Amino acid sequence: MTLNTFKRHVRESVKSLGRNGWMTFASASAVTVTLLLVGVFFTVMFNINYFAKKVENDVEIRVHIELTADRQAKDALRRQIEAIPNVKDVRYSSKDEELKRLIKSMGEEGTAFRLFEQQNPLSDVYVVKAARPQDTVKIAKQIETLPSVHKVNYGQGTVEKLFNVLKVMRNVGLVLIAGLLFTAMFLISNTIKITIFARRREIEIMRLVGATNGFIRWPFFLEGLWLGVLGSIVPITALAVVYYNVYHVYEHQFALQLFELLPFSPFIWQLSALLLAIGAVIGVWGSVMSVRKFLKV
Amino acid sequence: MIEMQDVYKTYPNGVVALNGVNVRIKQGEFVYVVGPSGAGKSTFIKMMYREEKPTKGSIMVNGVNLAKLKDNKVPLLRRQIGIVFQDFKLLPKLNVYENVAFALEVIEESPKAIRKKVMEVLDLVGLKHKVRSYPNELSGGEQQRVSIARSIVNSPKIVIADEPTGNLDPETSWGIMELFEKINERGTTIVMATHNKEIVNATRRRVIAIENGKIVRDEARGEYGYDA
Ligand SMILES: Nc1ncnc2c1ncn2[C@@H]1O[C@H](COP(=O)(O)OP(=O)(O)O)[C@@H](O)[C@H]1O
Ligand SMILES: [Mg+2]
Repeated sequence: MTLNTFKRHVRESVKSLGRNGWMTFASASAVTVTLLLVGVFFTVMFNINYFAKKVENDVEIRVHIELTADRQAKDALRRQIEAIPNVKDVRYSSKDEELKRLIKSMGEEGTAFRLFEQQNPLSDVYVVKAARPQDTVKIAKQIETLPSVHKVNYGQGTVEKLFNVLKVMRNVGLVLIAGLLFTAMFLISNTIKITIFARRREIEIMRLVGATNGFIRWPFFLEGLWLGVLGSIVPITALAVVYYNVYHVYEHQFALQLFELLPFSPFIWQLSALLLAIGAVIGVWGSVMSVRKFLKV
Repeated sequence: MIEMQDVYKTYPNGVVALNGVNVRIKQGEFVYVVGPSGAGKSTFIKMMYREEKPTKGSIMVNGVNLAKLKDNKVPLLRRQIGIVFQDFKLLPKLNVYENVAFALEVIEESPKAIRKKVMEVLDLVGLKHKVRSYPNELSGGEQQRVSIARSIVNSPKIVIADEPTGNLDPETSWGIMELFEKINERGTTIVMATHNKEIVNATRRRVIAIENGKIVRDEARGEYGYDA
């Protein structure tokens, strides 16, 4: 293809957007609505995922060591724990440190535990982290069988429940997004089909004067691309503005909340790029699919 | 040169539109195709630019057998043939210049060559002063001149026309016919399906009459031969 031809395709595709004024508007709007939904959904999903990652990473196994265990037994236990596959980190915490931690976590009421400082009833502890949070339960079960272990604590039940909830949420999210995208493509391919139907005469004439299928396809391909890009402007802007404000209000007012929002940058840039790419893909896909059937001899 | 041998065409609905056609048209000839409506004239013509494939038989156009031509080679064939229709087939949103230039853009001519050829051909059809007009601002005759200009801008060896004067009044038709004569004088083969008795009888060209999908008459300086 010569440069002149390419320029012609670009020119024609842009002109065609103008000529088909309101169909252009309809197609771009279909992209806009879809991307708004997908964008909001992505924002929620990414934030939940971010939160989930944080929670997952906070999950740790507390191995309470038998009171009778001597230094040698403790070292042996440490080596055995470290030998378990997928154990990332083992940290020792003495019973005095454990008590301090407990008192601190209780706040006001914690002072009552001061009494125990004389006669500490807690055990020394190994704090174990799994390389992958999902392995926590498996590793904990293995540690339970080791000698010198008094008790293993990893928030039994709660951890399993949390992981299950997160897994379900992610899967539901993926299914929903797939559904949304599919609906969008269908919408756009239909809109562009109407555009092309209105232009079948143009295609017919192109074929009469000897245009190749590739030549005929190009302007439609580009037009789909522009439609996708046009359609993604509003959702990207709207999401950026809304997220910026929500983020700042939330940061100020709920700074101490457990749930933390993804920072505005780079998240919003990544989301914008993603939405732009999705818009372009559905625009191009829609137009390529709908022009195909008009090119059959 | 166009040569058909034993060409049959049965449409998917079972209609037999061509029923064993043999014909030879030499380069530079001017041929009228006549016959009652539904006889198979349009189908006969569609065979020549591979709008329809023959069910049986061979069609040679400029040395290529269209019965065996691959779909992706059809555009190349179309570039060697000009095609003119009763309904002009102009793009309403393009002006006269753009409508003609379209045929050259499609074959990737340079903008400079396009400008030169389009202006030349618009001069030939007598519409140089209307380059910026849109089809709806033109009379039927003028629109047909634009479509003829588009068909010959690429200097094809063959121009095929299916009832090009079918929508025009007699006076305008004569003007269009003179244009085809002029094109033919430059050595271009012309094959034209027509119902225009007056013109056929006045010009005395080769006449091929088709009835029920068969050539029933083929005369060098023929007459229209039907009443209407
Ligand atoms: N695409 C088609 N599908 C089915 N039948 C067709 C088609 N085109 C033409 N025919 C039939 O073939 C016959 C010849 O048609 P046509 O070639 O258009 O004749 P003419 O141009 O002489 O009027 C007619 O009976 C017509 O109904
Ligand atoms: Mg006909």
